[in-house]
Amino acid sequence: MNKDSALLAYVTRLGDNALVLGQRMIELVAAYPELEEELANANFALDYLGQARMFYTCAGELEGKGRSEDDFAFLRDEHEFRNLLLLEQPNGHFGDSITKLVLFELFYFAQLQALAGCEDPRVAEIAARAEKEIRYHLRHNTQWLVRLGDGTEESHGRVQESVNALWRYTGEMFEADETDTIMERAWGGPNLEQLRERWLADIDAILINATLDKPESGWMASGGKAGRHTEHLGYIIAEMQYLQRSHAGASW
Amino acid sequence: MSEKEWPLYEVFIRSKSGLSHRHAGSIHAADDQMALDAARDTYTRRSEGVSIWVVRSSKIVASDPAETAAFFEPAEDKIYRHPTFYEMPDGVDNL
Repeated sequence: MNKDSALLAYVTRLGDNALVLGQRMIELVAAYPELEEELANANFALDYLGQARMFYTCAGELEGKGRSEDDFAFLRDEHEFRNLLLLEQPNGHFGDSITKLVLFELFYFAQLQALAGCEDPRVAEIAARAEKEIRYHLRHNTQWLVRLGDGTEESHGRVQESVNALWRYTGEMFEADETDTIMERAWGGPNLEQLRERWLADIDAILINATLDKPESGWMASGGKAGRHTEHLGYIIAEMQYLQRSHAGASW
Repeated sequence: MSEKEWPLYEVFIRSKSGLSHRHAGSIHAADDQMALDAARDTYTRRSEGVSIWVVRSSKIVASDPAETAAFFEPAEDKIYRHPTFYEMPDGVDNL
């Protein structure tokens, strides 16, 4: 893997993370218990779709083979998606969704901040734009995690279970593979060890605020970044790609 | 599930600097921070604002519709309160 192919792989991965999470959140549209949160979720999902489009367009340009954002989103198979396993996990209940977002966005926000100063101007520009969106998401979702954790006995118990269940998918975010290492050394991308330390400090503070216990660090699931997914991704992709697969080239 | 509704908040948006906040609508929220977020997500999705105020609807003191006559009708026949009886001196163009 050389400098350019690492950048392409990295940017595609950013697009995959944003698309798979956004698609998951869209499943909840018209299913929220409160109108105001319904709008917030749809807004956030659209932010992710917008980011996926920018990253995929950028990837197409880096690749130089004329692939468009749609080719990346709709014409790749499951094993070609390199999103984090955390993001393809089912929505579960409201506490599960909020927990998943806080765990990921704390990492993603720091990742984007680092990328905003990286040496590829296109990636830096997209990261700077996305950073503002995620800054707001984090504010909103962190408040909810604290509200649920420090809320009623029932909400506390349920969201503690969410944290316990999703914790095993957080290790993958900080596992540096060849793509991450080249991105850091050749392009000034984030150092995942530094991100991990910052993330641990941040999540500690939030969990304390939310009166939640931090799970014991144990076995961590990984593989998403290498294209080895849990059973959930296939269903997401089947639904998402159905139209383009059965009516190739269909557009508005 | 509890059937209780969250309290109602009124939302005021300032569309750009220098203008005043105007009532945009209302939202339900369990606390002040949630109200601010909900107002942002509900009423500023299309770049409508640069500043948001939210206030609990129950904190607003409103005039009583039954007292409309006593409140507002006495002003109707006092046309001298409108500045329409002054002769403008020649040469004053910009008033």
